[in-house]
Amino acid sequence: MTFVLALTVAVLYGTGAYLLLQRNLSRIVIGLGVLGHGANLLLLSAGRAGRAPIIGDGAGTYADPLPQALALTAIVITFGVSAYLLALVYRSWVLSQSDEVEDDVEDRRIAEMATRLAAAQEQAREVETADDDPDAVS
Amino acid sequence: MNAAVVLPIVLPLGAGALSMALGRWPRLRQSIGLGALLATIVVSVQLLLRVADGTVLVSRLGGWEPTVGIVLVVDLFSAIMLVVSSSMLLVVLVYAIGSPRTDVSGAFFQPVYLVLAAGVSACFLTGDLFNLFVAFEITLTASYVLITFGGSRLQVRHGMTYIVISLLASTLFITAVGLTYAAVGTVNMAELAVRLAEIDPGLRMALGVFFLVVFGIKAAIFPLFFWLPDSYPVAASPVTAIFAGLLTKVGVYAIIRTQTLMFSDGEASMLLLVVAGLTMTAGVFGAIAQDDVKRILSFHIISQIGYMIFGLGLFTVVGLAATVFYVVHHIIVKTALFLVGGLIEEGTGTAALSRLGGLLHVRPMLAALFLLPALSLAGIPPFSGFIAKLTLVQAGLAVGSYAIVAVAIFVSALTLFSMVKIWSGVFWGAPEEPPPIADAFEKSRRALPRLMSFSTGLVVAASLAFVFAAAPLWELGETAAAGLIDPSIYIEAVRTP
Repeated sequence: MTFVLALTVAVLYGTGAYLLLQRNLSRIVIGLGVLGHGANLLLLSAGRAGRAPIIGDGAGTYADPLPQALALTAIVITFGVSAYLLALVYRSWVLSQSDEVEDDVEDRRIAEMATRLAAAQEQAREVETADDDPDAVS
Repeated sequence: MNAAVVLPIVLPLGAGALSMALGRWPRLRQSIGLGALLATIVVSVQLLLRVADGTVLVSRLGGWEPTVGIVLVVDLFSAIMLVVSSSMLLVVLVYAIGSPRTDVSGAFFQPVYLVLAAGVSACFLTGDLFNLFVAFEITLTASYVLITFGGSRLQVRHGMTYIVISLLASTLFITAVGLTYAAVGTVNMAELAVRLAEIDPGLRMALGVFFLVVFGIKAAIFPLFFWLPDSYPVAASPVTAIFAGLLTKVGVYAIIRTQTLMFSDGEASMLLLVVAGLTMTAGVFGAIAQDDVKRILSFHIISQIGYMIFGLGLFTVVGLAATVFYVVHHIIVKTALFLVGGLIEEGTGTAALSRLGGLLHVRPMLAALFLLPALSLAGIPPFSGFIAKLTLVQAGLAVGSYAIVAVAIFVSALTLFSMVKIWSGVFWGAPEEPPPIADAFEKSRRALPRLMSFSTGLVVAASLAFVFAAAPLWELGETAAAGLIDPSIYIEAVRTP
């Protein structure tokens, strides 16, 4: 029972992390949701599994109610934040008509510099070989 | 019992709800917001006076047995943080009200802002790990809304980074809480402190590092800081100011609280010192490479966080007292600098150094408002930054950590360099020579909104007054640090009914 639970948690974390690393915003949102589910299951399994919930007065034999309360709170929070995130993704789509994360301005500048540097080096090498080999000029 | 302990959370939250309903009447809405934050300050100061001798106030919500239900705890450290944070929240709200930008003086800004205020107070007051998570979420959810408030393309793009990173940190937080509960069977911090001492040291260390990573993302320590300089500068000026002053410091508060209370024997000392040194240098080198006032200041937040972790990493009373002192100094000075940055942007329409120049002649007052906190940030005597850094260095020398002291002094010099860079880029230069953009120059002659300048002046004045109150504040810091290093009073107060 606990092994299955642990495996489920691991799969959810793995899937969530994978989706989080994608470039599509909608996948990132789903990834965060999946990750949140994994965390909730983990919370739940922090209490001892396999006992009955509180019914009647069978004191001492029921399941730990605290992890359930914690998981419930976490679910509500994840729900609220996911709703806001979806609204933001929609806003992003309205603004740019694309679901992909844009490159950072700074990153783009660095990438540009790299290509310019490569081009300059290429040019310099061409000039150099031209100088070394006088026959090539004629 | 101790009903006053709940007020710093309830007052802003209630006022937030009210100001949502009263959105149509700006004057009424604004006075409710200002009144609530003013009342929060009064309550916080009162709490501070009651715990100034090192006592700990506990409020048990719902009247449960000790360590079972939700507890709110005020010790001296949290009281100091409460007073400083609520004061800054009030001043920045005045700044936002005075702003001519309709998005931050409009109807929807204030409710969200007050929720943020309530969340920050809750973070400082809670004595329960899961409640700390909830308080973080309240603060962060409000901050998600605030950072994307304009809804512009840039804000959505960079706000997204901020939100996704924060949500990842929150998921890790809840994972850490779940693992801790599985290990020791409680989430009450005082009870945790007792029970964690009894478990396997390896497991305790793993949990401690897990929490360090979680709060490290929020506090922007090395190597988890990359999101901060990207997202902070795109928000509206009052929002950036309050984020810069408070939000990362909530993370620092959580690091200090968990590391001292739950993992009190300083096992992570070496790790913290190394992280502190790297955070300081990475932040300041990032700042030197930037060309925008807000981005430079954002990188400096990271570098300053390093100093706070440095004091914590020493795990001595003097070191922690210096950290408490440094945090207070930093909150005031950083808020002041970002408010001035906002004024520069307001007056000229840009914050890019390459487009600015000669502002000293057009706005001498603004130059003075920038210069005082900037020198303080760099640690020039006699400003508060000098005292804060001096105490840190002395604390470091006292335990013989020479390497980290050397790094701190080196970084301090580089901080001065980048402040000089802003100064020469923004304020120096010939005024008669027209700036590259004529429109910006025309705008720079426009009068600045009076309320904005007034509130900025207030924060700068507070940072100066800080110097004169340094001796009693240092004593407070020492008492607070003694309570952090030896948390027996805290544990005792929470565990006994």
